[in-house]
Amino acid sequence: MNDRYTNTIARLILSLLVCASVLATACNKQKKRTETTEQTQTQPRKAERADKPNVKQEKLRALDEFSSIKDEKERALAIYDEIDTVLSHPRCVNCHPAGDSPYQGPDITRIGDTSPKPHQPLVVRGEDGFGAAGMRCETCHGEANFENVPGSPGWHLAPIEMAWEGKTPGAICEQIKDPERNGGKTLAQLTEHMQHDALVGYGWNPPAHLQPAPGSQKIFGELFAAWIEAGAPCPPIDRPR
Amino acid sequence: MSITLTINGTPHTVEAEPDTPLLWVLRDHLGLTGTKFGCGVAQCGACTVHVDGKTRRSCVTPISTLSGKQITTIEGLEGPEADAVREAWLDIDVPQCGYCQAGQIMAAVKLLEKQRNPSDEDIDLGMSGNICRCGTYMRIRAAIKQAAEDLG
Repeated sequence: MNDRYTNTIARLILSLLVCASVLATACNKQKKRTETTEQTQTQPRKAERADKPNVKQEKLRALDEFSSIKDEKERALAIYDEIDTVLSHPRCVNCHPAGDSPYQGPDITRIGDTSPKPHQPLVVRGEDGFGAAGMRCETCHGEANFENVPGSPGWHLAPIEMAWEGKTPGAICEQIKDPERNGGKTLAQLTEHMQHDALVGYGWNPPAHLQPAPGSQKIFGELFAAWIEAGAPCPPIDRPR
Repeated sequence: MSITLTINGTPHTVEAEPDTPLLWVLRDHLGLTGTKFGCGVAQCGACTVHVDGKTRRSCVTPISTLSGKQITTIEGLEGPEADAVREAWLDIDVPQCGYCQAGQIMAAVKLLEKQRNPSDEDIDLGMSGNICRCGTYMRIRAAIKQAAEDLG
């Protein structure tokens, strides 16, 4: 009876020690978490924006995530569908319009603003894709973002033969491979353009109120190169997105 | 940061942060208040200047991008197009409150340099980024056409 009593007491003490230990660890973690939060909140606003300029960026699956698809053409088509999530994103389509004026937005900081709107103020393609006389793209768009005004070297509208707005993935696919409609580029030049062009790269580096294109230019470039290498097959033109 | 800006042909050295908008420097550092602050986000055109001969909204132009460039403000605007625009503006009595007019004139001069005989559409598209809260658009259009005629 005494032994049983002693055992019970010993178990109780042990349990209390374990509980205290768990509580101490939890408190420590919480303290560290609070310190981290406080540190983050005391960062200058600009630095915070530079580190995390945008929210709700969509994922772009990396090339190795397609390796389980054994059939080469099937894999290439799946990669193209992933590429299409970038090509059809507002950061790209807004300046590949079917008409003569670009779009802007949506502004993700505004509640209910979910779709691109006509560019404000009114701007047009002009003769060279850089705007009308007196109202050129560079009148407002510099070589880098400034506050909420997007910027990149060579800011301009894609020529009308490169319009993507309203087109199916297959139609855009055929179009970007066609030198008549891609600025006379070979497939190798097209890959280089997608991987390194500064204006393409802007798609992942917009001002903070705009959602960047999915993933990164690096992942996108790797997908694009792999798709070209696999023969650049296109989905049927009449298949909707 | 110390930066030298060439404004209306004269170098000015100013002390300001690299991301300071040119408009701030023009108005607050140099006292060139002909260029107006309207919206501050490149939506109204009141702050239009010329940088290396091209229209530019000074409210969204950081001074770090302007080293070695030629900046022209309304105070330094000159040339045949500027003269023709000034005459037409006075003749037609274009301004009402006048706040936007410096920007309107800076844009009109560049439009006329590129389009000697602009149509109504050319004027509307070339001036679409310059907003006038008094609604003097019809007089602006008439004055640009008169200036174009004067330029021959």
